[in-house]
Amino acid sequence: MHIVVCVKQVPDTTDVRIDPETNTLMREGVASIVNPFDTFAVEEALRVREKVGGTVTALSMGPPQADAALRETLAMGVDKAVLLSDRAFAGSDTWATSYTLAMAVRKMDGVDLVICGKQASDGDTAQVGPGLATHLGLPQITYVRKIEAVDAQSITAERLLETGYEVIASPLPCVLTVVKEINEPRLPSLKGKLAARKAEIPTWNAADLDADPARIGLDGSPTKVVKIFTPPPREGGEILTGEPDQIAARLVAKLKDTVLSAAS
Amino acid sequence: MPEPPIKVITQNCVGCGLCVKACPFDAIALNDEKIAVIDLDKCTLCGACLEACKFDAIEMKAREAGADAALDGYCDVWVFAEQTGGHIESVTYELLGEGRKLADALGMNLCAVLLGSGVTDTAAALTERGADTVYVVDRPELEYFQDERYAAVLIELVKRHKPNILLSGATTIGRSLVSRVAVTLNTGLTADCTGLAIDPESRNLLQTRPAFGGNIMATIITPHTRPQMATVRHKVMQEAEVQSGRTGNVSIEAVAASLLEARTRRVRYVPEQESTVNIAEADIIVAGGRGLQKPEHFALLRELAETIGAGIGASRAAVDANWIAYSHQVGQTGKTVCPKLYIACGISGQIQHLAGMSSADVIVAINKDPEAPIFKVATYGIVGDLFQVVPHLTQAFKQALGK
Ligand SMILES: Cc1cc2nc3c(=O)[nH]c(=O)nc-3n(C[C@H](O)[C@H](O)[C@H](O)COP(=O)(O)OP(=O)(O)OC[C@H]3O[C@@H](n4cnc5c(N)ncnc54)[C@H](O)[C@@H]3O)c2cc1C
Ligand SMILES: Nc1ncnc2c1ncn2[C@@H]1O[C@H](COP(=O)(O)O)[C@@H](O)[C@H]1O
Repeated sequence: MHIVVCVKQVPDTTDVRIDPETNTLMREGVASIVNPFDTFAVEEALRVREKVGGTVTALSMGPPQADAALRETLAMGVDKAVLLSDRAFAGSDTWATSYTLAMAVRKMDGVDLVICGKQASDGDTAQVGPGLATHLGLPQITYVRKIEAVDAQSITAERLLETGYEVIASPLPCVLTVVKEINEPRLPSLKGKLAARKAEIPTWNAADLDADPARIGLDGSPTKVVKIFTPPPREGGEILTGEPDQIAARLVAKLKDTVLSAAS
Repeated sequence: MPEPPIKVITQNCVGCGLCVKACPFDAIALNDEKIAVIDLDKCTLCGACLEACKFDAIEMKAREAGADAALDGYCDVWVFAEQTGGHIESVTYELLGEGRKLADALGMNLCAVLLGSGVTDTAAALTERGADTVYVVDRPELEYFQDERYAAVLIELVKRHKPNILLSGATTIGRSLVSRVAVTLNTGLTADCTGLAIDPESRNLLQTRPAFGGNIMATIITPHTRPQMATVRHKVMQEAEVQSGRTGNVSIEAVAASLLEARTRRVRYVPEQESTVNIAEADIIVAGGRGLQKPEHFALLRELAETIGAGIGASRAAVDANWIAYSHQVGQTGKTVCPKLYIACGISGQIQHLAGMSSADVIVAINKDPEAPIFKVATYGIVGDLFQVVPHLTQAFKQALGK
C-alpha cells in the first residue's frame, strides 16, 4: 500500500507573542515545528504500514527550509519525503495549496491512502484535506479518531462529531484527516535520526508538477488577505479577594444575569 | 525574470524597520543601506508588511483581474441550514441573523438551503427566522450528512441559482462540506470567521478571522469569484429572532439521482454518552485542568455545571492524564469555544489553551497561583484554592437561582 501523509511546517505558537510597543507579532527566536496535528497523521500512516505493509511518503509544500519538517517525519520512520517548493507557490490559499498537493499525489505511483492533519495551527482552516480529496476526485473521512479496519481495498474509520462519533466505510483510495485522539506519536529513534540526516529529499517545482500557472500561488488563490491586525487586548480583569464564601457571593451577583440569559 | 509578486520601492523606504518587525515569517531584513529587502523564499505574500509600512514603500501585485463582469448574475445571501435528525442546529439561526444584515446591506434576499429526509416542514422554522426563500432537497438518501452527496447537491443548487454569498457553520459538517463545494466551484472559502461585513465601495464581503491561535486577525476577501464562501464560528453571531407567523417561499428542488451516489457509507452512529451539553454548543462552560489533581474531582465541576446549565471543558493536561474524554478538550489541539461564560478551574492558561477560549464573553479564573497567565485574560480572577472556592460558588448559585 502507498500512503501519503501531508505535513506542514508552522511557527511554534508557544513562542508567538505580541510586541506590546509595536503591537506586531514578535517572531525573534520563534522556532518552526511540524504542525502538531500532522504528527498524528504521520504516526497513523506508520501504523497502517505496520499493519498492511507498503510505503509511506511524507509530502510538504513550503519554502526550502520546510525540508526540516520532512526530516522530522523521516526520523519517525516514513520511507520517503518530497518537498514542493517554488516561488510561484507563494501566496497560496487553501484552494491553491490543495491543488498543488493534489498534482504531487497524481505524480506519485498508485497512492492508496492520503492522510492529513485535521488543521494547521497557523491558518486553522481544516480545508486543505477535503480540498485535496476534491481535486483528486476521492472520497474523504474527516476528523478521524480511530481506524477500525483497513485492507488493500477499503477502510473503516470513526469520525468525531460534535454529538458523538460515526463509523464510516470507504473504498480506497481515500483521503483522511485525523484528530489528536487517534494516537500517541512515537519519538524518533536514533537510527531514524541518522537516516533522516542523510536522506535525499527531492524538491519538485511547478514545472515538475505540470501545474497550471493560473491555479497555483497568488494567481491560483481566489481569496486575498487585505488586512492583518492584532485583536484588541481583553479588558483588564478584576481580581476578587476575601473569604471564599464572600467571593462566591460577589461573583454570583455579577454573573447571575449572564447565567439566566444563557438558560433562556 | 518575471516581475516579483512583491517588492520594495527603494526610493520610498526610510529603513524604519516596521516591516521587519511585522513580518510573521522572518522574510524581511534591512540591508547595509538600511533598505528593506524581502527574501522571496520565505515570503508567503501574507501582506502584514504592507499594513505596517507607513511610507507606501512595499507593493504587492494584485491577482490577475479576471472577467469580473461574469460576477453580475450572482445575487442573494445563502445560509446552509445544518440539521441533525430534523433538528436545526442553533448555528444556523446565528447564520440567519448575520445573513440578514449582509442581505440588507446588499439589497438582496436571504435564503436558506435545507438538505435532509422528511425535513420539508422544518423550512417554516427558517422562514420564521428571516429566510425569504428556503431551497429544500428532501430525499431519503440525505437522511444524515454524507460528504459526497451533500456536496454534489449543494454544488448543483449553487449552479442553478447563483448566490452571491454562501455561509455555513464552522462545524465538523460545515467544514467538511463546503471545502469540497468551494474547490469544485473554483471559488474562495474563508474559514472560521468571527466578523463579516460588506465593503460599501466594492460591495465585497469582508471576512475577518483569527489566525495563529488568535494572536492575529486577518480580513480576507474573495474579489473575483462567486459565491463568496465562508464558515462562521459558532456562538459569535447573534441568533435571528423568531418572527411568529413570518412566511417565505419554500422551493422544493428536484435533483438527479446521480448526485445522490456516494462511495462512503455510514456503518453506525454512536452518540456521546456524557450527559452534559456539547461544549461547542454550550453558552456556559466550566473547565478543569491539572489543578483538579484527580479524575474524581471533576465531580465538583459537574455539580457546578449542572446548577448553572453548563458544559464541561478541560485542559489538555487533564485529558492527557485520562481524567476526561478528549471531546472535552479546549484549545489549539482540542475545540475552539466561544461561550458567554467560561469558568476555568485549576488551569494555568498556556497559550494553546487560550487559543481555544479567549474569545469567551466573560472569563472567570480560579487558580492558586497569582502569576498564572489565565489571569491576563480573566474578566474576574480569584486567587485561591479551587477546592474551597468551587463548592461555595455552587452553593451561592443554587441560592441565587432558587435551586
Ligand atoms: C502542540 C501543543 C498543543 C497543545 N494543545 C493544547 C490544547 O488544545 N489545550 C490545552 O489546554 N493545552 C494544550 N497544550 C498544552 C498546554 O501547553 C499546557 O500544557 C496545558 O494547557 C496545561 O494544562 P493545565 O493548565 O491544566 O495544567 P498546568 O499548566 O499544570 O496548570 C495547573 C494550574 O492549576 C493550578 N492549581 C493547582 N492546584 C490548584 C488548586 N487546588 N486550586 C486552584 N488552582 C490550582 C496551578 O496553579 C496551575 O496554574 C498544547 C501543547 C502543545 C505543545
Ligand atoms: N503546505 C502544506 N504542505 C503539506 N500539507 C499541508 C499544507 N497545508 C496544509 N496541509 C495539510 O492539510 C491539513 C489541514 O491544513 P489547513 O487546511 O491549512 O488547516 C494539515 O494538517 C496538513 O496535513
